[in-house]
Amino acid sequence: MSRFLHIARRDVRLAFRQGIGGLMAVMFFVLAVVLFPFGVGPEVNMLARISAGVIWVAALLASMLSLEQLFQADFEDGSLELLALTPMPLEVVVLAKVTAHWLTTGLPLIAAAPLLAVLLHMNTEGFTVLIVALALGTPSLSLIGAVGAALILGSRRGGVLLSLLILPLFIPVLIFGVGAVDAALAGFTVRPQLFVLGAFFLAALSLCPWAAAAALRQALE
Amino acid sequence: MTLFTGRNLVCVRGERRVFAGLDFAVDAGAALVLAGANGSGKSSLLRLMAGLLRPASGTLAWDGAATAADPDAHRARLHYVGHLDAMKPVLTVAENLRFWAGLRPGRRTGNPGDAVGPALETFGIAHLADVPGRFLSAGQKRRLTLARIVTAPAPLWLLDEPTTALDEAATASLEAAIAGHRAGGGMVVVATHTRMAVDGARVLDLSHFAVRSQGAGELGS
Repeated sequence: MSRFLHIARRDVRLAFRQGIGGLMAVMFFVLAVVLFPFGVGPEVNMLARISAGVIWVAALLASMLSLEQLFQADFEDGSLELLALTPMPLEVVVLAKVTAHWLTTGLPLIAAAPLLAVLLHMNTEGFTVLIVALALGTPSLSLIGAVGAALILGSRRGGVLLSLLILPLFIPVLIFGVGAVDAALAGFTVRPQLFVLGAFFLAALSLCPWAAAAALRQALE
Repeated sequence: MTLFTGRNLVCVRGERRVFAGLDFAVDAGAALVLAGANGSGKSSLLRLMAGLLRPASGTLAWDGAATAADPDAHRARLHYVGHLDAMKPVLTVAENLRFWAGLRPGRRTGNPGDAVGPALETFGIAHLADVPGRFLSAGQKRRLTLARIVTAPAPLWLLDEPTTALDEAATASLEAAIAGHRAGGGMVVVATHTRMAVDGARVLDLSHFAVRSQGAGELGS
């Protein structure tokens, strides 16, 4: 456990030391959402209707931005080799790095989401559900993305490949994330959608570290 | 007593057999120098010993027990120095070292940072402790990598071309560190092209185990 925190703390520190690197995802998120009123026009009803979808899609793309670097830098400078040689399962290393990724991208996205919801005139009834849904959904995005990030190691143009690999896998999270907010706005119960998001998270938590660790071992051979 | 042994090892890289039928044995306090031309499999053998590669056939054993049976325990007793320095440019020298030291077993009670100062001292880079890694020269990075292996004790050192970019003084420090390590019952396996003074080391020439005819080296379909 202490080694898990040791790795997570180091990754968070690295993200902060790289200056705006840690803030890049959230800045992209804000900018991408701000583009929509320009694109579809400032009509309040229209923006309110698409707000949940826009915020979720932008969050998805933003969390993917930094995924490419999740293992790449460590792979290139030999750190990954040494992490694989520490006397603990590689799955724990993966989980620590995913935790750090979520803390530096997922969490800022959740913090920025209400602000953007106001910008898009989302009805205030949807705010709490939006935050809860993002809190349940973004860890799944980091976990699923870790598998893709491990698979692209060593390939050129990995970023494009990564989006082709994992964006389709993000679709279920997107559907139920948007569904939860829309249900709240329409006055329906949101529990089913949130439960499904929670189930996705638990499934990703139990499967993705193993899949990513297997891909990393392959890359290191 | 023979502690670390390999029997009848076969290494396959990219569908080509690098070496076959290789045996080695390292006793407590002994050193093994790997010799051979470029591409004869020195690095591959070290990676096999570390567990980063799996042998196509043959077994590695520690004290008679196969290392593959308990990889975590095997990784806990080895230090591996590869071609890359695994150093983060945005972390200081001491932070880099403290990170790797914190992942090692032993010293759970004490502060892993305690050993950092003396280790830097050993390789003459104590004055650089607070300098970010990106300002180090190639030789200083190498010294930092070597300081990593003396920070936390482990009985088996696997060194792949450790003298690359080192000056004479640092090479002498490394030789002294190896001598000290062996005096304490430690083992060293080192692949090197340069002359290193390793007293009483056995030399394993990998060209004896090369697969000569390419036809025989190809994998059966």
